[in-house]
Amino acid sequence: MEKKWEEMTADEKRNDLIGKWLSPPGVKFVNADAEKAYKGRVTRIIDAVNMKKPDRVPVFPMTGFFPAYYAGFTPRDVMYDYDKLMSSFKKYVLDMQPDAHGSVTVSPPGKAHDILDYKLYAWPGHGVAPEYSYQCIEGEYMKADEYDALIEDPTLFFLTAWLPRTMGALDGLKMLSPFTNMTEMYGGFTGAALVPFGLPPVQAALKALMDAGNEALKWIGTVAGYGAEMAAAGFPGFFGGGTKVPFDTIGDTLRGTRGIMLDMYRQPNKLLRAVEQLTPIMVKMGVANARQNGCPIVFIPLHKGADGFLSDEQFKKFYWPTLKGLILGLINEGCIPFPWAEGGYNSRLKVIKDVPRGKVIWGFDTTDMAKAKEILGDVACIGGNMSIASLSVGTPQDIRDAAKKLIADAGKGGGYIMMSGAVIEKVPPENVKAMIDATKEYGVYK
Amino acid sequence: MAKDLSKALADLKEDEALAIVREKLNAGADPMSILNDARRGMETVGTRFSKSEYFIPDLVYSGEILKKINEMVKPKLTKESAVKREGKVIIGTVAGDIHDIGKDIVVFMLDVSGFEVFDLGVDVPVQKFVDKIKETGSPIVGLSGFLTLAYDSMKQTIEAIKAAGLRDKTKIMIGGGQITEEIVKYTGADAFGKDAMAGVTLARKWSGAK
Repeated sequence: MEKKWEEMTADEKRNDLIGKWLSPPGVKFVNADAEKAYKGRVTRIIDAVNMKKPDRVPVFPMTGFFPAYYAGFTPRDVMYDYDKLMSSFKKYVLDMQPDAHGSVTVSPPGKAHDILDYKLYAWPGHGVAPEYSYQCIEGEYMKADEYDALIEDPTLFFLTAWLPRTMGALDGLKMLSPFTNMTEMYGGFTGAALVPFGLPPVQAALKALMDAGNEALKWIGTVAGYGAEMAAAGFPGFFGGGTKVPFDTIGDTLRGTRGIMLDMYRQPNKLLRAVEQLTPIMVKMGVANARQNGCPIVFIPLHKGADGFLSDEQFKKFYWPTLKGLILGLINEGCIPFPWAEGGYNSRLKVIKDVPRGKVIWGFDTTDMAKAKEILGDVACIGGNMSIASLSVGTPQDIRDAAKKLIADAGKGGGYIMMSGAVIEKVPPENVKAMIDATKEYGVYK
Repeated sequence: MAKDLSKALADLKEDEALAIVREKLNAGADPMSILNDARRGMETVGTRFSKSEYFIPDLVYSGEILKKINEMVKPKLTKESAVKREGKVIIGTVAGDIHDIGKDIVVFMLDVSGFEVFDLGVDVPVQKFVDKIKETGSPIVGLSGFLTLAYDSMKQTIEAIKAAGLRDKTKIMIGGGQITEEIVKYTGADAFGKDAMAGVTLARKWSGAK
């Protein structure tokens, strides 16, 4: 009998997830070649992560809405029409043959967010033009004096404070009492806690959630269908799941950049307690997704720890301890953390080296890759750095030259994945193709 | 307590800086001299940032302290005093992009460095930049953008400034997380600044200010 997940060691969990990624349950490959290609691609990526020499450098362009633009659609089109989402993202992968795809989850279900009156982002046709991607609207969705509430009960805070503020249709949720009140039948434990559910504003919020849920169900059908169809054709998905560093969770979506920066001076101990409190929650988010999707790689976009955003001292005090905790927590659950360092991380390389060998993919945007290889080369697979500026305004020959240099700088001896430095939106398709083809040409290990 | 406001602000000692201001105001000090001390403190903050001794959080925090000082001093100002300005700069995040954190820091650093800044906000239509140049005669324009879509918006904005016959007398700097020398060339800008102080340095160079 198979061992239960809870009884497995970290390595057994990792092997289990890698096994599922290599042989996705329920996927019927279109032919033997597709199966061979699929397994070859997953193996190539896993070899790179394990810091062994793969047959060649794997190539994974981090696409945003690029596939939509490539097929002649706007981001608005694919966020609201899942057939267009499916067809365009499929076309990109089948035409350009990268080693992995980034799923269709980059395109959220537009209508669900209309229903919820979502305020945290502007999105195509809703605050930004239909031809542009969604953009975050930072604010103080958690006030400076609410750290205690967040620390004491993060779920209650999200449910009754943060959701009503970021989703207009969920305003009624602020009337809910803690679910932990429902411990007993007598004396009003259950009775009183149930009362809010009879109130019209709460019922309106629940109705909105159900409607949004129905829309999300349609969308997840496309997500699952796309993953299965791409796998059958020979192309693995790169992401098992995603999560956030606690400092960014607070800085991006709760307190905002200004808010969290002031908190570092005015209430550092509360901020430190909050990031610690959120760490196991962030671990669970990544693990749950990875297990659901049968793929170990957990994406962690890194925002507010970049060069310039924090001093070295602040990075070591406020950012790194819980990022490391998140990384170790994910590894302990068999996942492969993929922290994605947006901006530059040149001043952080020596600090972030402190992770177990062969268990992490460090992704970089504008960081000096020769330096990254020199410092991290014996502990972690690195990826990224194909310049988004060059992809946007350069020629295919520029991209080929850049790919060659990157492979020479960062690919030596294995442990490198070719990726774009930032998410690819509307760029000339011939440049994306050049990135993929040049890696296949120059990235072969002898 | 005859402590140094410039130093307290430069060292980001919020409570101390505010206490000094309170004390000075109570003692009937000239509000303008308080603001001058604060300005000198901010100059030190800018210098430390250029030398990588300070980082973005330090700028943000110093700005917050300065805001509080201004709020305390303002009611005591008898008349809107004419601060000597180094020159004019128009700044905005280009069309399609709604990010403002980087732009706001540049606006703030230009302002405390003595420039008269016209902040057009985010998602600024091309024509609005052209109109503002005509209206203010500002010789310097800063275009901000975080997303790659900003490349084309910057290019179009600069083309419109050119089409309006204003390019020769306007210096244009661009900035944002994904801006490189390649993008300067693509958009037709004059230069890019890698951070807020680089923007101030460019503005000083172009305006002939010290």
